[in-house]
Amino acid sequence: MKFSEAWLREWVDPDLDSAALTHRLTMLGLEVDGTESVAPALDGVVVGKVLDVSRHPNADRLSVCSVDVGGDEPLSIVCGAANVQAGESYPAALNGAVLPGGLRIKRSKLRGVVSEGMLCSGVELGIADTAAGILPLGDEAPPGMPITAALDLDDRMIDVDLTPNRADCFSILGIARDLAASERVGIQLPDISPVTPVVTTAFPVDLTASAGCARFCGRVIEGIDPQAHTPLWMRERLRRSGLRSISPVVDVTNFVMLELGQPMHGYDFAKLAEQIVTRRARSGETLVLLDGQTVTLDPEVLVIADASGPIAMAGIMGGDGTAVDERTTSVLLESAWFERNAIAGRARRFGLHTDASVRFERGVDPCHQARAIERATALLMAIAGGQPGPLQEVSLDDEIPVPVAVGLRRQRLAAVLGIEIEPERVRNLLEGLDLIVEAAPDGWLVTPPSARFDIEIEADLIEEVARLYGYDRIPALPGIMTATLGRMTESAVPLARLRATLVAREYQEAITYSFVDRNVDAALSPGADALALSNPISSELAVMRRSLWPGLLGALRRNLSRQHGRVRLFESGVRFIPENNDYKEENVISGVAYGAAAPEQWGVPTRSADLFDIKADLEALFALTGAGDEFAFVADEHPALRPGRTARVRRGGNDIGWLGELHPARVRELDLPGAPLLFELACDPVVAARPATYGAISRFPAVRRDLAVVVADNVPVVAIDRAARDAAGAKLQDVVIFDIYAGKNIESGSKSVALGLILQETSRTLTEADVDEIMHAVTDRLGREFNATIRE
Amino acid sequence: MHEPVESLIVDRTDRMLDVEELIGRARSEIDACSDLSGLEAIRVRLLGKKGELTAQLKQLGALAAADRPAAGQAINVAKEALQTALQARREALDAEQLAAQLAAGAIDVTLPGRGRQLGGLHPVTRTLERVEAIFRAAGFSVRTGPEIEDEAHNFTALNIPEHHPARAMHDTFYFPSGKLLRTHTSPVQIREMVEHGAPVRLIAPGRVYRCDSDQTHTPMFHQVEGLVVDRGVSFANLKSVLHEFVERFFEREATLRFRPSYFPFTEPSAEVDVLSESGRWLEILGCGMVHPNVLANVGIDPEEFTGFAFGVGVERLAMLRYGVDDLRLFFDNDLQFLRQFR
Repeated sequence: MKFSEAWLREWVDPDLDSAALTHRLTMLGLEVDGTESVAPALDGVVVGKVLDVSRHPNADRLSVCSVDVGGDEPLSIVCGAANVQAGESYPAALNGAVLPGGLRIKRSKLRGVVSEGMLCSGVELGIADTAAGILPLGDEAPPGMPITAALDLDDRMIDVDLTPNRADCFSILGIARDLAASERVGIQLPDISPVTPVVTTAFPVDLTASAGCARFCGRVIEGIDPQAHTPLWMRERLRRSGLRSISPVVDVTNFVMLELGQPMHGYDFAKLAEQIVTRRARSGETLVLLDGQTVTLDPEVLVIADASGPIAMAGIMGGDGTAVDERTTSVLLESAWFERNAIAGRARRFGLHTDASVRFERGVDPCHQARAIERATALLMAIAGGQPGPLQEVSLDDEIPVPVAVGLRRQRLAAVLGIEIEPERVRNLLEGLDLIVEAAPDGWLVTPPSARFDIEIEADLIEEVARLYGYDRIPALPGIMTATLGRMTESAVPLARLRATLVAREYQEAITYSFVDRNVDAALSPGADALALSNPISSELAVMRRSLWPGLLGALRRNLSRQHGRVRLFESGVRFIPENNDYKEENVISGVAYGAAAPEQWGVPTRSADLFDIKADLEALFALTGAGDEFAFVADEHPALRPGRTARVRRGGNDIGWLGELHPARVRELDLPGAPLLFELACDPVVAARPATYGAISRFPAVRRDLAVVVADNVPVVAIDRAARDAAGAKLQDVVIFDIYAGKNIESGSKSVALGLILQETSRTLTEADVDEIMHAVTDRLGREFNATIRE
Repeated sequence: MHEPVESLIVDRTDRMLDVEELIGRARSEIDACSDLSGLEAIRVRLLGKKGELTAQLKQLGALAAADRPAAGQAINVAKEALQTALQARREALDAEQLAAQLAAGAIDVTLPGRGRQLGGLHPVTRTLERVEAIFRAAGFSVRTGPEIEDEAHNFTALNIPEHHPARAMHDTFYFPSGKLLRTHTSPVQIREMVEHGAPVRLIAPGRVYRCDSDQTHTPMFHQVEGLVVDRGVSFANLKSVLHEFVERFFEREATLRFRPSYFPFTEPSAEVDVLSESGRWLEILGCGMVHPNVLANVGIDPEEFTGFAFGVGVERLAMLRYGVDDLRLFFDNDLQFLRQFR
């Protein structure tokens, strides 16, 4: 809601400067979004009364005016406007004035005639977007008066961001009421007295078919002057409220809407057929709106119709066919009350957003339709004359809400706010808002005015009291923080520790959008189609991710394009897995690594990271569980990953994720310069932990024996490792794989695996015989199981 | 080279003098010696089994009995003196040798360290971790919920019925099934209260979604919702908790401004502004007393229990805390940005 400060002050004028006034509004919950001066500085521009107009001797289109600007002698000003008239006043920019566009006015000769200034249009003054010639000021302001004073330009536009509950403040009336209550000053209402009808013309209105229009006030005014112009003062009010002046009828209805909060509409009476009916639209009915667009309606939409069909979308926008135009001489004014739910959402459905729809959606005072008609009639007649017919009011009284008294308990008020407020004060605050307050045994019984239909329950009243009393005067009281001791489980690794571990291993955490491009998602995840949004923001953000890889690869690509050659990123978050017409949300932790294994540095040769570098990162995560031995990497295939360089990650018997190199085809599709390594792990199985259990420490020396075995190429080293551990038994502390070799001296199709076995006993030093026995068992087992030969 | 010591030793009656001379000559020889092996050779020559002084000792028997003690003592004095001199020289040579070794092994300690660098947490995570720690310390539990929600939890239970203008204001992402991406983490409150009833004290951090994207809006962002429901909880308590939170979070004394606002699920409702160091009011969160309808919707008696709720934008907090001026940077994941937050 945008309005002029001067307008508000006409109604209620507390002793506050502009800044204090806007602050008060904000602290009342009417948040001031911004203020803006209604006009630029206009020093040197004054009211100039044109005394005489004569043709310019050397130019057909120019006139030479004698202009009284309040000085001893009139000035000679050359003017190019066609609408200049002797006897009228206009803004006159004098020698030295600077207009908003930067134009400096200088005394100069125009085609041989001296001009001592310039007569200005509204555009030139920066107070209008368009102008037909220079701006006539009427004859109220004396010549020489600064234009700022004459046009009351020392004013600000205040933009208030209204919360949805404060429909009543979509008007000067509502804002003035709140401000008056808060500042405890009087409110000056405009005189709205009924207009006496002089003609009997009326138009039948039938509400019976309506579901949503419970009151329709109308009035026919005949014989208005189609040539009339909206006076400057009203145009300025509208402009300062963000509305453009259109025609006297439209301007007056808009003005009354701003003033009282009641949206109105004016129909060209000559274009109406038989009678007004309010009803739901029939499916397929069409209506050409005022803005020229044709809408196809359905029964969701409430319309105003006449015998010819719909003539307006109720509470949203009028139709083009019955619109007032420059030939209109008779109008039907409409001031109706539509039920909120009959309007809400409809404008949006049709891509519309009008001053009327915003107000009706949030709710309009159901009891001041007649007042609005009277006010509009008087204003319109003052501008365009005409003969008013009788005020017609048709109501469905059963459907008009009646304010209900709401109880407010003294004790409840104190309990919710945490402060006792003097009972007399409470009463005064509420009465300031025009609420009717009666005493009740435990507090008060409060009846809101019809405009405050938002007040329905006790909490609404508590809020009103708190708001007017001032939130800042409610103290801050500690005391609810009764401490309970925290829980600290060891059966799950906190996500924070997983993150910290990856951070310590060079990963930078990323956060990417949960919605991704459909094609990228499809290329990176097997299985059913991803969950698609009905209203995505773009095709790149259209489906819910089934993996965090699309986001991470996007981030990788952006970073590579920004010249980061080495990237380690991880993200933890939810992926959305479709499952038999449903979906499940799974927390995962995923990463991408690209570039050298180690940052470029002196003394260390650079090599590209490979799967085993990243595997070590995952093993570090698994070690946090205290059960690293439960995890396994199994060669497998995944559409996003390169065959032969892909591992399915398992824990116990369950698949928990993937590790691998991006498939070369995907590398090409994503336009990456090389293949990154990727991992994705389901969080829950990764974090499940077991508390450590102590095992005895040996004080006897450990013995290391190295063993190189030659096996077939395709024997997984992990199998050799596992078999060696098994064969060596309890005395084996650890196995180190310290070399894998194939090539010279090794038969083709075979490889040599070098193992270091670390043996130790807790109760004694191992003897040579013990060690030999174990080694024998190991070589024996490897020989049997893998046909391994010992390499000398 | 040195003059052989034996040439100095002559069979004289005045042996004291000879010994002193021997000491003198030997000392200069020791001082001139520059390596440990040369020094050892000198020791053997003087003090070894066949050394000069040893030989002298052996000859004591040939002296008159009266002369023997004095001569013996003189020789012992000489022996000790030479041993001391040898030891001192040996130590000096050792020290020199060590110093030379150390000098040869000196490195440029200003070279950069080797190995891995440190990664870093995303500023949003970092902010969330701090917020969680602050509230956990006061006994709040941290709860999460689904990101795909239904209208019942995201709106209806929160006192936002169908056609309520607040629904339109939420810019909701929908799925064809009618489900939606949660527009706030408030549904977590509902789930918790339905499951556990009152009293309750929790925060609910997480991703939320709004169908809106421009310079100051991203279609996804993070929110922490807080909820306290108990007997005797008041607006004054809410003010205290939030004031304390803001001071803990920003690690400075803070001036807050609570101004009336509107959320369908709280009443009275407030927006909270914090006074910046430059004197401007910055909006940081929304809050209010839990609306009695919300409590009733989850089966908690609003007469017995009251509560407050608040919701704070995590990116907003991070922007204020770290001086980030563009919301979109949080989801761009540029390493140049991320690396500023370790």
